[in-house]
Amino acid sequence: MTAQSVTRGRLLARAGTTGKYASLVIASLCALIPLITIVMLAFKTDREYRSTTPLTPPSNWLNFSNFVTAFTQGGMVQGFINTGIILLVSVTGTILIGTMAAYAIDRFRFRGRKLVFGGFLLATLVPSVTTQVATFQVINALELFNTRGAAIVLFMGTDIVAIYIFLQFMQSIPVSLDEAAMLDGANRFTVYWRIILPLLRPAIATVIIIKGIAVYNEFYIPFLYMPSQDLGVISTSLFRFMGPFGAQWEVIAAGTLLVIIPTLIVFLFLQRHIYNGLTAGATK
Amino acid sequence: MTRLEPGAVAPGQATSLPGATKPLIPGKKRAFGGSRVTPWLFLAVPLAFLIVLTYVPVVNMLWYSVTDWDGLSPDKDFVGFDNFVRIFTTPAIFQVFFVSLYYLVGAIAQLVLALYLATLLSFKTRFSNLFKGIIFFPYLINGVAIGLVFLYFFRPGGTLDALLAVVGVQDTPQWLGDPGVVNVSLAASSVWRYMGLNFVLFLGAIQSVPAEQYEAADLDGATSFDKFRYIIVPSIRRILGLSFILAIAGALSAFEMPYVMTGGANGSETFVIQTVNTAFKFSKVGLASAMAVVLLVIVLVITGIQRWLFPDEKKEVAS
Repeated sequence: MTAQSVTRGRLLARAGTTGKYASLVIASLCALIPLITIVMLAFKTDREYRSTTPLTPPSNWLNFSNFVTAFTQGGMVQGFINTGIILLVSVTGTILIGTMAAYAIDRFRFRGRKLVFGGFLLATLVPSVTTQVATFQVINALELFNTRGAAIVLFMGTDIVAIYIFLQFMQSIPVSLDEAAMLDGANRFTVYWRIILPLLRPAIATVIIIKGIAVYNEFYIPFLYMPSQDLGVISTSLFRFMGPFGAQWEVIAAGTLLVIIPTLIVFLFLQRHIYNGLTAGATK
Repeated sequence: MTRLEPGAVAPGQATSLPGATKPLIPGKKRAFGGSRVTPWLFLAVPLAFLIVLTYVPVVNMLWYSVTDWDGLSPDKDFVGFDNFVRIFTTPAIFQVFFVSLYYLVGAIAQLVLALYLATLLSFKTRFSNLFKGIIFFPYLINGVAIGLVFLYFFRPGGTLDALLAVVGVQDTPQWLGDPGVVNVSLAASSVWRYMGLNFVLFLGAIQSVPAEQYEAADLDGATSFDKFRYIIVPSIRRILGLSFILAIAGALSAFEMPYVMTGGANGSETFVIQTVNTAFKFSKVGLASAMAVVLLVIVLVITGIQRWLFPDEKKEVAS
């Protein structure tokens, strides 16, 4: 290699590095700018909102009045309570249903096992938006329409991804553990409850994270099945902001931030788990 | 991924484990107290949910799709394939599929962008965790919140107009009001929302390549592009295929972003918006079911193609 080609190589490498960081910074700006302007808007007064451009920072970063308005008049309190209840019950239910199904499929050999597994497998192919037309009638017949039960039942019943995650993890738990316990006189239920469930803890954590985010963000199911005002979850409460606060964008911005902040906190604390969980969930 | 499959592993191999003196064969397993009924006790609740909330609706939907039911009246008249004929002969119904093309183009741009950024971050980078977090975070945000963020972003005098004014562009279209632009704006919002997931999946797949491969490539004098072509691309082939199919299915069933942001106004109605409006606003459950069946069949065909092109290892679970 001549000295000239070495310097040329270095120049190319430097240009490559600059291009790389430039690309990453631009991508980050694209991700952040829409959010930053909403943050700035949330702290503006109504007058400021009307007189300044979206790129102007608020004059007072401690003006929390929009948040107070959004929280008290926008039904956000009710929304957080309803989301909390639905989240707790449906995630618990998903875990119990998913682990039971995975335990039966993985640890037993019985007639119809392949059929059952195929039944769950096939169901993953049905996109749930398409079947709502008919699911609506089922929920109606179960007399769950306009109750929290509708959302809870639908979130619990349609999570086949969770079953896969449990199945895959359960395969790494040696069967000899079950057998040792059964030799000691434990029955199948005790094995499930005392041995399998505790050992599935990492998989349960994964399911809690991805299911929790999905339930927190779900819009259409509560919107369709729980139209009553007091049954608003955070998505539907925020959606209804557009009516009464249509002209007060600074209040809408504050409400939007109130919804985003819990997600941000969870993300900051559980980053690695979220990345791993989504990879496990998406590739099934 | 591998484990001792009682049915698949020869007894002689299974006993090689210390302690596991009993051959793991199905017949013996039953002797451990698990009767024929036990698995069904565990499956009763999960199966009840699966049947009532997935299979009953699908079967009902197929039945509704050949009737003229309005969702309320006790009688449903059988009309044969009239609903399907209507879908494919009424331009107003079928046309909305063209709206999907915008989302399809958006989805492809999204995959390319995600792959580019994931490749960049797979090389040693300063602040790589920060970049990763920022690029990924939008994916986690509530869809309604994103809808509102972008309503503000695209509104007249909103963020985008203000940014363009900074660089001197004054004459901007109505981003969400002009039928010629609205779908581009909405598809762009969807890219913003979903790109982070593809990015993280690609990055994970790329990083699962052992570092020695890159070191060996370095020793052989490979350039960054060589590494991309011969190490990165093969390692993410499967996830790339899966993402591509999911992107197509997602584009066809685009719903939440346009529903929240425009409600389907100004020519932004997608097939799913039209389906739910037909069912719940105009009470034509029969026609809406037929539309849903059409979409379901398309998605099943696309998924079938994917399974055929990229067969996965999932089946071994059922053995």
